[in-house]
Amino acid sequence: MTLLEARGLTRRFGGLLAVDRVDLDLASGEVHALIGPNGAGKTTLVSLLSGRLLPEAGTIRFEGRDIARLPAHARVRLGIAYTFQITAIFPRLSVFDNVALAAQRTAADRAAATHAALARVGLDTHSDRPAGTLAYGHQRLLEVAMGLALRPKLLILDEPTQGLALSEIAAFKTLVESIAETATVLLIEHDMDVVMDLADQITVLDAGRRLATGTPAQVRADPAVQAAYLGA
Amino acid sequence: MKTWGAHLAVLAGLLALGLTLPAYHATNLARILVLAVFATGYNLAFGYTGLLSLGHALFFAAGLYAAALGATLAALPAGPGLVAGLAAGAAAAFLTGLLALRTSGVAFMIVTLMFAQAGYLTVLYFGAVTRGDEGFVLPAALRTLGSLNLAADTPRFLAAFALFAAALLATLALTGSATGRVLVAIRENPERTRMLGYDPFRHRLLALTASGALSGLAGAAYAHLFGYAGATFASIQYSILPLLWVLLGGAGTSLGPLVGTALMFYLVDLGSSATSSHLLVVGIALLALVLFAPRGIVGTLRDRALPWLP
Repeated sequence: MTLLEARGLTRRFGGLLAVDRVDLDLASGEVHALIGPNGAGKTTLVSLLSGRLLPEAGTIRFEGRDIARLPAHARVRLGIAYTFQITAIFPRLSVFDNVALAAQRTAADRAAATHAALARVGLDTHSDRPAGTLAYGHQRLLEVAMGLALRPKLLILDEPTQGLALSEIAAFKTLVESIAETATVLLIEHDMDVVMDLADQITVLDAGRRLATGTPAQVRADPAVQAAYLGA
Repeated sequence: MKTWGAHLAVLAGLLALGLTLPAYHATNLARILVLAVFATGYNLAFGYTGLLSLGHALFFAAGLYAAALGATLAALPAGPGLVAGLAAGAAAAFLTGLLALRTSGVAFMIVTLMFAQAGYLTVLYFGAVTRGDEGFVLPAALRTLGSLNLAADTPRFLAAFALFAAALLATLALTGSATGRVLVAIRENPERTRMLGYDPFRHRLLALTASGALSGLAGAAYAHLFGYAGATFASIQYSILPLLWVLLGGAGTSLGPLVGTALMFYLVDLGSSATSSHLLVVGIALLALVLFAPRGIVGTLRDRALPWLP
């Protein structure tokens, strides 16, 4: 079943076509990876999906409903959660309060939902600390916990493993697998090992265009992708 | 529970103080409490939601003139006057917010300042009714709340106390609620808050309107308790003062506005009895604040000793 269907999405910044007539289909329950070189338009594309930017052209249907003109907060309420590439937490609030802000809207029992989300990412022992004092890797996990507490149907993770240690990346892969049991995941990721291990489907962007979509094996074998990106 | 207990204790202390102090200080305290309602309202927008407005004189004056002109033109006594003042402050803030909240930061400061200046000039323009800077005195017969004569010392203090208590407890309930937590989140990081599914514009408009309502209530109370309305209350001075009171007491703390207002009041009072350049005393106090307690008195107290203080 299709959860999200984007057609002909276009957005330019001045003269630069950041996203150029991109189509994207996300099936319910899949882990879909978005890859491509720097400047390919990955973050712009997910910003169009999450509503942080509005498209100049194109449609986005989410559960059959056109959402291309909805503001970001309304899309979050429909079940599209976005975790920021550059860690965006509330540093002066406690870890608990950060997640509780998300949970108070989606759960009847704010405290229980908050603890559950923190437990899933393994931060439940840090809940009283100011979020700004967490180590960088833990702040990334806090972002994910905030996303989880929104109980999204679609969770967009923008380079979640950036800056994580190798050991943290392994734990992160397990976490994404568990998230995928209840939600669809759209993942922007540079680490090819993570992508190949986790993704059911991969979409490759290059210079704002969609180069290819397919399973990891198909994408790996695609000559255009090899030329443009994988390089090897 | 501890929070509510502490605030009720502070209120009880204020009540005892007002009823035992000599008349001069009891009247001062009444004035401080009314102005602290204004500061509490300002704190809701600035301290909790992060909206640095330079236009709150407009909301205070909207309430002041709603009550004062209501008295002179429509013979409204204090009760309906206070309600009218609250509504006028809220309406002024709502309409200002609809436009001003499309901007943020410095632009928001300037847009709110322009609105307030426009309000000030409007008061002067209709000088035939408002009597401009000179102002006018409210008819004593209308300064009554039920059977209470608000021009007398004790009823005046009690009315000021009741309004401040209501404003403080209402603010405390709002800031402790789910909505209050969203306001603080918007102050800390509006974009992130939007991505948690909250509309920053709507929440800011709500905070500004509530802030305007308290400011208008304070304006109306000022008119009825002290019997005078003049254009000075619509001038830029009354936009800057609540900012200073809140900064001095501690932005984003429930008791900061009261502490800041009281301290500033007595600094000016004592300063002007000691020297003719009493603003110098205020200036030195503010400098000391910026240097040694940039988060205000209650803010610093909370950081150092009482982390549970809201």
